[in-house]
Amino acid sequence: MFGKLDLMQLQQLWWIIVSIVGSLFLFLTFVQGGQTLLSSAARTDLEKSMIINSIGRKWELTFTTLVLFGGALFAAFPLFYATSFGGAYWVWIAILFTFVVQAVSFEYRKKPNNLLGPRTYEIFLFLNGSVGILLIGAAVGTFFTGSSFQLDDYNLVMWQHPLRGLEAAFNLFNVALGLFLVFLARSLGAMYLINNIDFRLDLMRNLEKRLRRAAFNNLIAGLPFLLFVLFKLVTMEGFTIDPDTGGVIMEAGKYLHNLLAMPLALGLLLIGLVLVVLGVLSCRYSRTNRSIWFGGLGTVLVGLAIFFTAGFNNTPFYPSSFDLNSSLSIYNASSSRYTLTAMSYIALAVPFVLAYIAYFWHLMDREKLSTGEVSDFTSKEIY
Amino acid sequence: MIDQLNLTMVNWARAQFAMTAMYHWLFVPLTLGLSFLLAFFETLYVKTGKEEWKRITKFWMLLFAINFAIGVATGIILEFEFGTNWSNYSWMVGDIFGAPLAAEGIFAFFLEASFFAVMFFGWERVSKKTHLFSTWMVAIGTNLSALWILVANGWMQYPVGMNFNPDKARFEMVNFWEVLFSPVAISKFTHATSSSFQLASLFVIGVSAWFLLKKRHRDMAKKSIIVASVFGLLSSAFVIFTGDEAAYTNARVQPMKLAAFEGLYDGETNAGLVAAGIVNPQKKPGDDQAPFLFEVKVPGLLSLLANREPGSFVPGINDLVYGNREHNIMGVAEKIEKGKIAIELLRQYKDAKKENDMERADSALANFNKYKDYMGFGYLNSPEEAAPPVGLTFYSFHIMVILGTLFPLLFLLFLLFASKDTISGKTWLLRLGILGVPLAYIASQAGWIVAEVGRQPWTIQNLLPVSVARSNLTAGTVQTTFFLFLALFTILLIAEIRIMLKQIQIGPDFSGMPDNEI
Repeated sequence: MFGKLDLMQLQQLWWIIVSIVGSLFLFLTFVQGGQTLLSSAARTDLEKSMIINSIGRKWELTFTTLVLFGGALFAAFPLFYATSFGGAYWVWIAILFTFVVQAVSFEYRKKPNNLLGPRTYEIFLFLNGSVGILLIGAAVGTFFTGSSFQLDDYNLVMWQHPLRGLEAAFNLFNVALGLFLVFLARSLGAMYLINNIDFRLDLMRNLEKRLRRAAFNNLIAGLPFLLFVLFKLVTMEGFTIDPDTGGVIMEAGKYLHNLLAMPLALGLLLIGLVLVVLGVLSCRYSRTNRSIWFGGLGTVLVGLAIFFTAGFNNTPFYPSSFDLNSSLSIYNASSSRYTLTAMSYIALAVPFVLAYIAYFWHLMDREKLSTGEVSDFTSKEIY
Repeated sequence: MIDQLNLTMVNWARAQFAMTAMYHWLFVPLTLGLSFLLAFFETLYVKTGKEEWKRITKFWMLLFAINFAIGVATGIILEFEFGTNWSNYSWMVGDIFGAPLAAEGIFAFFLEASFFAVMFFGWERVSKKTHLFSTWMVAIGTNLSALWILVANGWMQYPVGMNFNPDKARFEMVNFWEVLFSPVAISKFTHATSSSFQLASLFVIGVSAWFLLKKRHRDMAKKSIIVASVFGLLSSAFVIFTGDEAAYTNARVQPMKLAAFEGLYDGETNAGLVAAGIVNPQKKPGDDQAPFLFEVKVPGLLSLLANREPGSFVPGINDLVYGNREHNIMGVAEKIEKGKIAIELLRQYKDAKKENDMERADSALANFNKYKDYMGFGYLNSPEEAAPPVGLTFYSFHIMVILGTLFPLLFLLFLLFASKDTISGKTWLLRLGILGVPLAYIASQAGWIVAEVGRQPWTIQNLLPVSVARSNLTAGTVQTTFFLFLALFTILLIAEIRIMLKQIQIGPDFSGMPDNEI
């Protein structure tokens, strides 16, 4: 079935798969958003426990999706993996660091004898939700703004900036994208918590109010950054593959052209943004607890639009501003046809995986997280 | 490919990989084995309906979760370290590892991640049977994760199912099944998982033995010991079988590694197996010194184990380095020479293609194909470089084998006395059981040292030496992240051990149950 696809079709298929995984990750950063809400939305220990136990049941899903995103890029576009990780060294190391400390924090925060004390683990969670997401956003920003690297004849990367990737965090566009993602994650986090926690007890009412406000306020806080990113995106000079020579050249309004050339991407972007806004508004101004599904779906669609704009329509998705012809596209960075075909058969399992994740998510969350469950001192499972 | 070899950087990158991998492997084997033990305990709960099995399951599950979290934390570094410190390697093998890694992510990681939450938080939220199903899925998921990464590791020991693409300067997969079912991949997976089952069994026995010595939770401790020692005993059979298989495969595909872990310099027919010994630290390939300061040898056994044929020839380090005409072994000097020709021809091919001189390109490529199997050797500076460090490999191997052989005896004794219900009085055995826990970790780590140090100087056996596999980073950069991760992992490890010991001390929760069951 996949054996009939030619290399270019497979490369496009895998960019779509990578985009889906990356976009799902953006949705799942509601966990990271929730982590940063710990210090601002929760006033009492009980409220803190509610938040941490609610997102604590999903953090591994987010973490695993990030790992799969990295794995899928390694598998489908190994030259990107080698170039970016070996080149933009420090930005990736910093991101990884925040995820290492996240992984232990849920489990260890409340356990007796935990060496660092609960406060430290809460700081770890905050770092992951703020710095981690900001830097991921900045790294995604380089898909449009480019990086300084050169590849030699043997495809070995020579990074040309002494900060080795951290320079991405000093570019306004990248930072704006990162900050928008941080606020978006907080907004999603608030909406997820509204959905997941049982607020029927009086002592939970205040938390609910604060979370509903947080969903709204964080979107408002992120809005200037979003507008800046969108404005820059449609006005900036972009990297394009010259179809005649195969070389990479600069093109004014490139990403606007991409959006116009791919109505699907434009549609995804607009519908996605509308859904996010609707989700947030419904969370703020109604009693619904389903806002996260709108916000989440919207986030996935926006993510897809970003990735499609970065990788399709003759666009190198990992451009080098130092040496245009070292830029990586889905066509020159991919695995071989044989490997992409084999991987495509393996990826047939993805819908099945998504189905069981959704089914067990439903099974586990039929009943909302209650205060009783979290304050049960005999239960050692709680975070 | 890399003109200036920065060996200091390579050594720091190796040190970093060794350190992070060893930290990660402190937690993985317990996860692999304990996940199945949890599934056994819970199956007993669902079958018998006895509340105490549920409490027992929950106790071990808590320890599992504490260990699991830090396993995840240390694991993510490894995935990305391939890219950060070894970017040339990632590019060259990306096409091969793509499929196994995609499979690992899709099949295994999500099983773990989704069902872990159900297993841990779902006791009151899903039915008994769904919960049991989830626990089994966690066990299967964690072990499947091990499968795919060990397939990748197996390929690095014995690269099969691939072709070198000179245009892209990388290896490309031509046969997925050959990669998946490579004999090395299979023996790696079976040996690593079964020895992890041993480790987890020893962990459960060790903790239970402590409870018995403290005269606490004796019933739970005895029940746990019985389940764990049966599991440990069965796993031991696999460990021995797959270990023997691994040595046999080594003799076929990595004879140098076999020679190194046996400290065999001069090949012999009817070669003896060194049961124990002290390696002569001064000994170098090609000199006249004795390889051992002291050794106990079992005559003829190595020939039998390596080739399954008594009296057969087992090549030593000197034969492999300097060649042996009688047994048709090419020396490394000759391979280096051919390798340098291959590198030169590849360069000529690339240049000719750049100048669009297709005729010259074709002839360079045709010539290159004759020499390409030796290309990796072209990056070595001397034949002696092809030999791995003998001392470390030898000791690690012997520690692993000796401990691995003693563990089944320990399982047998525990099973015997626990089923006769006289175990509480056997203080010496209980103490030995506690000692078994650190020994299990030592054996497990030693196994990886044999596998990885024994492969030196290669990242991919005979194809890609570590010096070429690296990224373009300064030694200082890698040194910095080495100490960053060392500090971070050490702090997290101390936290983990303290939390774990505290939870063991607090013990299982049998509140609300009749006294006689506690």
